[in-house]
Amino acid sequence: MEAAQSFVNFSEKSSIKVALVGNPNSGKSTLFNALTGLHQKTGNFPGVTVDKKSGTAKLNSTVTADFVDLPGTYSLYPKSLDESVTFEVLCNPANKDHPDVTIIVADASNLKRNLFLVSQIIDLKIPVILALNMIDLVEKEGDTIDTARLSERLGVKVFSVSARKKEGIEEIKHALLQPLPVPQYDFVDLRNIASDTIDKIRAVIHLNSDFAAFHSIHNLPEIHYLDDKPEKKAKMEAILKAAAHDTNKLQSQESVERYKVINRIVAECVFEKTEVKSETFTHKLDGILTHRVYGYAIFLIILFFIFQTIFFVAKYPMEWIEGLFVMVSQWATSTLPPGEFTNLIVNGIIAGLSGVVVFVPQIALLFAFIAILEDTGYMARVSFIMDKMMRRFGLNGRSVIPLVSGVACAVPAIMSTRTISSWKERIITIMVTPLMSCSARLPVYTLLISLVVPQNKTEGFFNYQGLILMCLYLIGFIAAISAAFVFKIILKAKEKSYFIMELPVYRSPQWKTVTRVMFDKVKVFLFDAGKIIVAISVILWFLSSHAPGNRMETIEKKYASTEMTTKFTETERNVKISSEKLENSYAGILGKGLEPAIAPLGFDWKIGIALVTSFAAREVFVGTMATIYSADNKDNSQTVRDKMQNEINSKTNLPTFTMAVSFSLLIFYAFAMQCMSTLAVVYRETKSWKWPVIQFLFMGTLAYVATFVVYHVLK
Amino acid sequence: MTEKRTLKKLSQLEIGQSAIIDSFTDKDMSLKLLEMGCTPGEIVTLDRIAPMGDPIAIKVSGYLLSLRKEEASTVLVSIINKN
Repeated sequence: MEAAQSFVNFSEKSSIKVALVGNPNSGKSTLFNALTGLHQKTGNFPGVTVDKKSGTAKLNSTVTADFVDLPGTYSLYPKSLDESVTFEVLCNPANKDHPDVTIIVADASNLKRNLFLVSQIIDLKIPVILALNMIDLVEKEGDTIDTARLSERLGVKVFSVSARKKEGIEEIKHALLQPLPVPQYDFVDLRNIASDTIDKIRAVIHLNSDFAAFHSIHNLPEIHYLDDKPEKKAKMEAILKAAAHDTNKLQSQESVERYKVINRIVAECVFEKTEVKSETFTHKLDGILTHRVYGYAIFLIILFFIFQTIFFVAKYPMEWIEGLFVMVSQWATSTLPPGEFTNLIVNGIIAGLSGVVVFVPQIALLFAFIAILEDTGYMARVSFIMDKMMRRFGLNGRSVIPLVSGVACAVPAIMSTRTISSWKERIITIMVTPLMSCSARLPVYTLLISLVVPQNKTEGFFNYQGLILMCLYLIGFIAAISAAFVFKIILKAKEKSYFIMELPVYRSPQWKTVTRVMFDKVKVFLFDAGKIIVAISVILWFLSSHAPGNRMETIEKKYASTEMTTKFTETERNVKISSEKLENSYAGILGKGLEPAIAPLGFDWKIGIALVTSFAAREVFVGTMATIYSADNKDNSQTVRDKMQNEINSKTNLPTFTMAVSFSLLIFYAFAMQCMSTLAVVYRETKSWKWPVIQFLFMGTLAYVATFVVYHVLK
Repeated sequence: MTEKRTLKKLSQLEIGQSAIIDSFTDKDMSLKLLEMGCTPGEIVTLDRIAPMGDPIAIKVSGYLLSLRKEEASTVLVSIINKN
């Protein structure tokens, strides 16, 4: 009793919505890139932190296709935020992204497992095209797939493509303009499993398919298309409660049934070369890359390369960017009329922009590496060999890359935690990564260490300064994994942590994908986190350059008097003016206000001011110290060092920067969350202010307590 | 061919050893494993064990799947005797 075949035809519309969906590693994104070329944009699915890639392509002179690349998933039963998005978009006809046509991308060389998701989507009875990707791999193996037979058995159009080689792309575009069959028959007969409930649900709400009804038995709480129909949802809840299904059992029955049908189809359509295949390339490579000695050695070498690149290679473009911004601000200062407005532009906005753009080289480089590691399939192996070690600390095998990158900069490191699929493990990685000593701490460390240990003090092989520096990096690492351990105990997981993960076959990286990832990440950082960074930068500029009443004018007047002009040179006067202005500014007032709180740590109000201003970025500490102590050359830390060393505390008449104070400051800067860029990125990555606030507080508390202990032990 | 049907845990396989999936002891885990192609009756082969003894990688449905030992211990299998 076959229902009459029905077709949908979109060739009359001016634009059609097309969604790409498929298993992870099915080459879905590659196909998406091949279909849309450069006409892409990256955004967010509304309300969630899931990246949304969309793009357009002209199908003919009148019809445009709007493609959206849905997050990869193995089934329509969502287990993570990403997978919920795919499920919601496909199942909710009212969703903004609900497609007219769905292209299911399946890895032809791994057809059996891929057909599981394919069959579920077919059962939704929505217009579908199946793209059998990586067909070249199948042919290389000497296997064949009878696509005509497959198409007949599935009831959908099937196309062989090789997205990497750009083969079969035009055929798919062409197919979108042809009448498409809407799948008719059920892939698995769910009525065998729960016919009564399916009928009852379909009586309450209009659904296209038995599967949609069946699916709601298990997933009702996740279904958002019922959000605006509370009375229907209540009815459905009542039905389900009365039926009292063991939903796990239903789902497991469904899965088993699906694979029974899939096994039959695969047997009919896939013809494997019968001869015994030689040991595959992937198997051989795994023998080396997951080896208990070579595996770790190779991983260490790769880490070393990444670290060197983001630490030392990125330094050059970063210097050029800073130089460029210095030129721009000099140009602006000399061109624009002097006054408040120019001051805002130069010291607020341009300085803020410089602080954003300067991160671009590190972000681009780190993500180039990560894209290569992911694209080749190596990243899955890193998880495989590191999982046991990292799991103890509540981290994931994939946390290694963010943690190590954190030594260069926490900003790109935190952005790279996207590859961690478990929510809890990802949050923990984000929270502890800033404890790794980043490159912005280096100028602070260098200055403070030089106060404690004379430059050339060495004992045999050891250079004391180097030794202390190494200890600080070590302390950061120990703090990070200890904090991770604590978070592991405190945090409640939203979802169970699985490590059931595919180890994809090794493939060569695609440079297009790599550049795409770099470009997207840089863009997201510049526009999302950048806004917050510039805003905070402007606020900090205001705080350090403005004062209540006419204090600033008074200072100017004081130094304009003839007594002062004869006593000091112009440079000396300028240095003294900026120092006194900073002391009287709002930042200065804040610093003085902080004094009672930081006095137990051995810090005075001058250090307090530096703590306020270096919230923008840690390295600002050096510049602020220079200004406060009226050192005339900000770039020359030697002068700052001398000034600081000679500074006498007015209360005790002893040097301010004693051993105890200097070590306290070192520890404070090792632990405290003194970086607005990191906080902005944490906000962007978690889509909530909750996590940056928690991070700021826990790192602040840790810093305060540790500093207090260090100060009182050394005092 | 008569097979001795002694059930073992998937986590107890030796490298290179093959077995047929029999059943699951953890409901939640089984759902995840089922959709990844580990269905009863399917043949699995232990491909390798991670250097620290955990996780493991198995060959199933024509691809390589890694899972923790703890997860693999919820899968009961019958070893295929190779004689």
